Amino acid sequence: MAFLSYLISGISLGSIYAIIALGYTMVYGIAKMLNFAHGDVIMVGGYMSFMATTNFGWPPLLSVLFAMGVCTVLGILIEQLAYKPLRSAPSLAVLITAIGVSYFLQNAALLIWSPNPKSFTSIVPFNSIRLFDGKLIISGTTVVTIVACIIIIVSLNTIVNKTKVGKAMRAVSEDKDVAQLMGISVNKTISITFAIGSALAAVAGVLLCSAYPILMPTTGAMPGIKAFTAAVFGGIGSIPGAFLGGILLGVIEILGKAYISTHLSDAIVFAVLIIILLVKPTGLLGKKVLVKV
Amino acid sequence: MLEVNGIHVFYGNIHAIKDVSFYVKEGEIVTLIGANGAGKSTILKTVSGLVRPATGTIKFLGDNIVNLSPHIIVRKRLAHCPEGRRLFSQMSVEENLEMGAYTREDTDIKADMEDVFQRFPILKERRNQLAASLSGGEQQMLAMGRAMMAKPLLLMLDEPSMGLAPILVEQIFDMIAELNDAGTTILLVEQNAQMALSIADRGYVLETGSIVTTGNCTDLLNDKRVKKAYLGG
Repeated sequence: MAFLSYLISGISLGSIYAIIALGYTMVYGIAKMLNFAHGDVIMVGGYMSFMATTNFGWPPLLSVLFAMGVCTVLGILIEQLAYKPLRSAPSLAVLITAIGVSYFLQNAALLIWSPNPKSFTSIVPFNSIRLFDGKLIISGTTVVTIVACIIIIVSLNTIVNKTKVGKAMRAVSEDKDVAQLMGISVNKTISITFAIGSALAAVAGVLLCSAYPILMPTTGAMPGIKAFTAAVFGGIGSIPGAFLGGILLGVIEILGKAYISTHLSDAIVFAVLIIILLVKPTGLLGKKVLVKV
Repeated sequence: MLEVNGIHVFYGNIHAIKDVSFYVKEGEIVTLIGANGAGKSTILKTVSGLVRPATGTIKFLGDNIVNLSPHIIVRKRLAHCPEGRRLFSQMSVEENLEMGAYTREDTDIKADMEDVFQRFPILKERRNQLAASLSGGEQQMLAMGRAMMAKPLLLMLDEPSMGLAPILVEQIFDMIAELNDAGTTILLVEQNAQMALSIADRGYVLETGSIVTTGNCTDLLNDKRVKKAYLGG
């Protein structure tokens, strides 16, 4: 029973990682860049929701929508100001810029909200549910997190495969030039991708802070890195990969904490990344890159 | 229909296209022939907007299209079928054709897709298969079908014969002639000078970025220099 409890916790944490990883993978797939500022957009989402509930007194759902709205705008702004001008620059330049944006966001948050940790009130209005005669207790936050992740995955799948916007995203991620020849605006498509990724980051931020209620300017950094790891070992650029990677990573982390060592759990997670990449360099569901000579 | 005047294109410091001017009248098939590296693909990319010229003008149906983005130019019904097919390999045949119709909002898209299938029955058979699984000839047909889905007034084809067996080349060229008969103006870039000059009305010969000869295809076919350089003497 303890194992089941840990497994469910792992899936819940993994759901948060998966939601964050989706942002990394979608942006990589379309703009071929790693948005290292993504983790900090999560943190902004957390703070926005915190402000909405604490300072404005808004109900939970409205706070989440507010956080999503702000992060969507933030994501698009970052793309337009920091990344778009570097579209034809070497990828190292974009990487450095992304790290720069990350530091900028963290320090801006430090200035605005101070380094004192804020206590985040969970957005989940109901308490734990009990199963198997009370032997298994699942917190309300865990349930909401997993359900949110499922909803997001199904919606994203529908958008990417069935809508015109989704087809445009797939086209741009495969061949930018030819996509333009089809009449697709690459700029618009990239902006939409950043918008979706950032909105998801806001959701992840709210869920993360609901589960681990301490909010600081650095709150997004480690989950961001872990989710990036998840996206890579699931196969960077692959949406199912991000989902698989995220869930796996959450499960490995929690099981690692439970059965091996709390201190070593992060090391275990990164060790798993290294092993998987050694065996399958493009990640679990990654595409084999055929280089035609 | 298309007027290109005095364009110069640079790739970094390389002067790839030197003062090129040409025109395509409505209803014609015009071909641009030349050896590998002469700059033929660059010219098409400049017209479709993928590459920006340093100077020069490009007018399509009277409108200046020189600094427009490619996705805007295609909405003016100027389609570019690029070199090497460049299909969306992870999408099915049908999805590729749908992508061709991306700019269209009208209700005839399904009907036009059926037209493409009628013209290229093998594509209908493979309609749900991934584009990557098609043979070279089938891919070329799909690439042309996809370009046609945009219902272009001018269709630019970049080396449609590349990598295809001779019998397929003949089939593809028959298709091109048919498309032209049905009303599409064609600008054809080809290395296969023989085939290109046999179906086109007029031609331009490109050598290292400059146009060296132009004329009716019947004249070009009999031109001594052209024969020696491109038609095997």
